[in-house]
Amino acid sequence: METLNTKVNEVKTSKTVKITGAEAVIKCLLAEGVDLAYGYPGGAIMPVYDEIYKYQDQFHHVLTRHEQGAIHAAQGFARVTGKVGMVFATSGPGATNLVTGIADAQIDSTPLVCITGQVGSHLLGSDAFQETDIIGISTPVTKWNYQVTKASEIPEIIAKAFYIAKSGRPGPVLIDITKDAQFGELDYSYKKCEKVRSYKAVPKLNIEKVKEAAELINSAKKPFIVWGQGVILGGAEQEFKKFIEKTNIPSACTGLGLSALETAHPLHVGMVGMHGNYAPNVLTNSCDVLIAIGMRFDDRVTGNLATYAKQAKVIHFEIDPAEVDKNVKTDIAVIADVKETLTKIMQFVDKGEHKEWMTAFDKLYQIEVNEVINDQLNPTKQGLTMGEVLGGINKETNGDAIIVSDVGQHQMFAWRYANFVKTRSNVTSGGLGTMGFALPAAIGAKMGAPDREVVAIIGDGGYQMTCNELGTILQTKAAVKIVVLNNSYLGMVRQWQELFFDKRYASTEMVSPNFVKLAEAYDIEAVKVSKREDLAGAIKTMMASKEAYFLEVVIEQEDNIFPMIPTGASVSDIRLS
Amino acid sequence: MEENKNFTVSVYTENNIGILNRLSAIFLKRHINIESMTVSKSEIEHVHRFTFVVIVPETLIRKVVLQLEKQIEVIGAYYHTEDEIIYHETALFKISSEHLYDDKIQDKMKFRRAHIISITERWFVIEASGLKEDIDNMYEKLKPFGLLQFVRSGRIAITKPKMAISEILAEIN
Repeated sequence: METLNTKVNEVKTSKTVKITGAEAVIKCLLAEGVDLAYGYPGGAIMPVYDEIYKYQDQFHHVLTRHEQGAIHAAQGFARVTGKVGMVFATSGPGATNLVTGIADAQIDSTPLVCITGQVGSHLLGSDAFQETDIIGISTPVTKWNYQVTKASEIPEIIAKAFYIAKSGRPGPVLIDITKDAQFGELDYSYKKCEKVRSYKAVPKLNIEKVKEAAELINSAKKPFIVWGQGVILGGAEQEFKKFIEKTNIPSACTGLGLSALETAHPLHVGMVGMHGNYAPNVLTNSCDVLIAIGMRFDDRVTGNLATYAKQAKVIHFEIDPAEVDKNVKTDIAVIADVKETLTKIMQFVDKGEHKEWMTAFDKLYQIEVNEVINDQLNPTKQGLTMGEVLGGINKETNGDAIIVSDVGQHQMFAWRYANFVKTRSNVTSGGLGTMGFALPAAIGAKMGAPDREVVAIIGDGGYQMTCNELGTILQTKAAVKIVVLNNSYLGMVRQWQELFFDKRYASTEMVSPNFVKLAEAYDIEAVKVSKREDLAGAIKTMMASKEAYFLEVVIEQEDNIFPMIPTGASVSDIRLS
Repeated sequence: MEENKNFTVSVYTENNIGILNRLSAIFLKRHINIESMTVSKSEIEHVHRFTFVVIVPETLIRKVVLQLEKQIEVIGAYYHTEDEIIYHETALFKISSEHLYDDKIQDKMKFRRAHIISITERWFVIEASGLKEDIDNMYEKLKPFGLLQFVRSGRIAITKPKMAISEILAEIN
């Protein structure tokens, strides 16, 4: 049957049978290829959990210690696999506890389907126990949401949810199912959704724009590429690499673009943005053509827009029409799937050489090495640096690990110093900057990529926001390596207080518990390192462990992350100290 | 600073619960006040039409319309300036019947799109329609008689340029 909102093609149809809405939920997920979900049960979602119990030989559920943990774990899973992350929560507080993760997934374009239980439809609007308007609350931070009040709606709505979450620019979808709809019966059959009539997932590529872009690129003397997560989301890593290797254009990434191209690639000139590398930030204001690929000119990337790349012609390859000309006015926009764009443009771009221009990047990189990087990787001062911890991890993992970072100074060090060799290896909360993200996200990442090492880099502040998820590690045996970089401060805020608030350290000094004992309470082997000579051995032991492992490193208290573009400053006014 | 202008925003959507919330959230997020809003059926079956009036710079409304259009259940969104649309508002004025035979009020009624639509012993109701200024004028003229109640509709507008909703639907499907 073709319905009003969705035109669906029959992919898989089981014989119609009468089942409950709750059972239909699980059957639909299995039909979508989902056999793993994160969540937390409660009154209004109990019928679904009863089915999870019945289907436990086919469907796996991870009980986290908080709904926020569940959604961050699903995000971690989605980020490393490219699949849709699946979350269950109950009504009321269960649903509201998801909101931070939903907002995080929305701004970082992470595909999620969240299913929340809701009070019975006869109770809607009556302020019933654990009733909350999660549709109203989640509307501004979801790609789509919908309240199901009849069991018969479930298959079509779940099919639509998965299609919307993963197609085009991905994002989170929330489906709120009333309890009576879970108990109610329906004639079950499942058809995957392939179209929604009001939604154009991928804009049609305009080949003329591709040609125009190619001409401009061919004529450029000092072209510069900034790529973002779009390259990863579009699965265009290979096409991207071919494109830059043919044109020989120096390329820098945004924080979320990291790992799409291996760090050591000769054309990889680092990361742009507030704590990005010196050369790509400074030379943003020297290039003649700026080619932005799958990125959205976030304010942390551009600094002051009034002085951002004003000398350059701007080309933007972007799937989301609303991102074009949002922050930076483009001269040529190709609004389409990035993989298609990068494939099509190859026949129009010339083989390029930009040796002299590349040298400009090398020169500035040397300045950064001398003034910042050396002090981080090979420090001579007594206190340990975050950079040397990352350096030590690189050495032990050969860059093969998935690095999951929390939010703050340690995150910037992780982005800047981690050596990536594989795509989908940088799992982090970029747009929203959600402290507490890393530990649960690392659990999900490990489950999504069980054969890879997953190292969570977390500060002492963010760790204490979600360290209850150590319980999830205890229960699931997820073998994540947890590294807490402890400077006894909320380091990033403290750095700003030092630089811009005359060292008035308002509420940033943090007294922490004995982290080693805490980890040990959860049966996790734990070590604390405070001397340089112990660091390398500790990292080696951690990486050799087949189980979850906790390493606390005591860091120089008032170390700062540089380079830095102060708020409101131009990218070319980036500070080295 | 770019100049604020009156823009009429037309949004064609599915007729589903919750869309108003989704659309208004986009204005809210950017601290934009909605001057008027009307929702109704459109010329296409099962497709609803929202008409918003906002006073903002053009660069902002262009971005807002893209955000509106990005919503899954929005089929198409457009913005138009005053000279690109034919628009209309309606207002109702409830006045005490002691003024019914007042010559002055009869004079005011000479405005061609105002007429009495209901009369009782105690009160009568004047309906007026026209441009925003017409309603404003009528309001000023009738105010001295004591308005028992006053209400005006949001703007409804037909655009001079085409809004190709059927074509969009045909293209996606």
